[in-house]
Amino acid sequence: MPFGLLKYGLRKKHPGQHHFTPTKPLKSRYDVVIIGAGGHGCSIAYYLAKQHGITDIALIDKAYLGGGNTARNTAVIRSNYLTESGVNFYRDSVALYQGLSNEFGYNIMMENRGQLTLAHSDAAIRSFRWRAEVNQHLGVRSELVDRQTIQELVPNLNLAEDSRFPILAGLWHADGATARHDAVVWGYARGACQRGVELHQLTEAQGIEIEAGRVVGVRTNRGNIACGAVVQAVAGASSVVGKLAGIKLPIHSFPLQAMVTQPYKPVLTPHVSSPHVHVYVHQTSRGEFVIGGGSDPYPLYHTRATLDQREILSAATLELFPFLAQAKVLRQWAGTTDMTPDYSPIMGLSPVQNYYLDAGWGTWGFKATPISGKTMAELVATGKVPALIQPFELERFYRFQQVNEAGATAASH
Amino acid sequence: MKLLRCPLNGLRNISEFIYGGEVHPLTDPRHQDARAWAEQVFFDDNAAGVVLEWWCHRPTSYWFIAERNTVTDQVIRTFASSELYAERVTFPRAGSGDPHA
Repeated sequence: MPFGLLKYGLRKKHPGQHHFTPTKPLKSRYDVVIIGAGGHGCSIAYYLAKQHGITDIALIDKAYLGGGNTARNTAVIRSNYLTESGVNFYRDSVALYQGLSNEFGYNIMMENRGQLTLAHSDAAIRSFRWRAEVNQHLGVRSELVDRQTIQELVPNLNLAEDSRFPILAGLWHADGATARHDAVVWGYARGACQRGVELHQLTEAQGIEIEAGRVVGVRTNRGNIACGAVVQAVAGASSVVGKLAGIKLPIHSFPLQAMVTQPYKPVLTPHVSSPHVHVYVHQTSRGEFVIGGGSDPYPLYHTRATLDQREILSAATLELFPFLAQAKVLRQWAGTTDMTPDYSPIMGLSPVQNYYLDAGWGTWGFKATPISGKTMAELVATGKVPALIQPFELERFYRFQQVNEAGATAASH
Repeated sequence: MKLLRCPLNGLRNISEFIYGGEVHPLTDPRHQDARAWAEQVFFDDNAAGVVLEWWCHRPTSYWFIAERNTVTDQVIRTFASSELYAERVTFPRAGSGDPHA
């Protein structure tokens, strides 16, 4: 059998497929330049090409495809948010995720694991009940569950009543899921490239050309590009790139750290998160426990890992899963989260004409990858802001109409 | 653990401190329109590079200013806020008869 497999692999009849077209020389003009070839940038390019027939697109990235926060997030997909704007937006994103593997003809390894958020206080139960009601009203599967149900969902969770923060109840979100984050960005990039989008890695936006309040070009390290429109999709560097276009944003960039243990056999199906002990844990399909928590305590544009955060994450994890006490941590890393004051993204129009913002993705960017691409593509193609993302426009801060999304981060709320 | 030098208490663990935001020139809120006020409240430079920012040593509630590189996480200098703010800034209360109110 191994020999047969080897023969199959070496036969010329089944050549390996190239996902992406080789890099071409940069043209002097494109209809659209998308800055940032992460999940969102690729998703925007994909839907522009597929839904709107706009294929004269340069998808540029200062580093490489999906090498930023797309590769650094913990791949949680869910829609149990608290505000109507948030729930509607993420619900549509989860729905798109469900069909993505079929649409791409490419496995994004989508797994519907469900997500369990734990309540350790009466106040948390009250807010969960509120969230469950809002979610159900808007068509999201979300319900308050008791300790017995939690025991059935996660048999190895520490439900001891004499623990420091006993678990009282939970918010069960059956739509919660995970997917391979690299596969998501590769799938989108492949689909976009097949339709004629040009992917330009190692191409850094160094300046934005603006004439009479309208964007006309992008200066890069590989030459200048004239263009009709620019989309910035650079989570982790939104303020820095925005500044090139003279746009100030209400964003603070904090590192968010996560870590994984050595692999174990499958023992944990859902995502488990606890806002109270400030941690979330799930087991990947290859067996590693992914552990994440809150952001670092102060802003930083560096993705170093700290011992402090490892101690905090480890202590919190052991509250929930004492059996992991002997687990070895294999990797620890950080991504940069562009935090907004209301825990919601900043999407849509900017003060510069034809310069579109896909920013402020804090800790909620991965789960929004499909829907942000779809809605941003619609905006770029039609010039009209889709209703779904209207609440997230930058202008909201000037009108004091923040979205106040208290369900945004799994570990902090 | 990373250490931070408090101008009052000397070198302490960074967990004793809380980050307090960028140092901005504070303008009189009564002389701003709503847009300028929104910008003052919500918007920041969020610069990648050397910045000035407020920090507080929590056990002593002592506020001071740090010059820090937000790319390398190196603290270049910490100093008492009196270096930048020689006197206390007070705004007259609304309705106090100020012609600009």
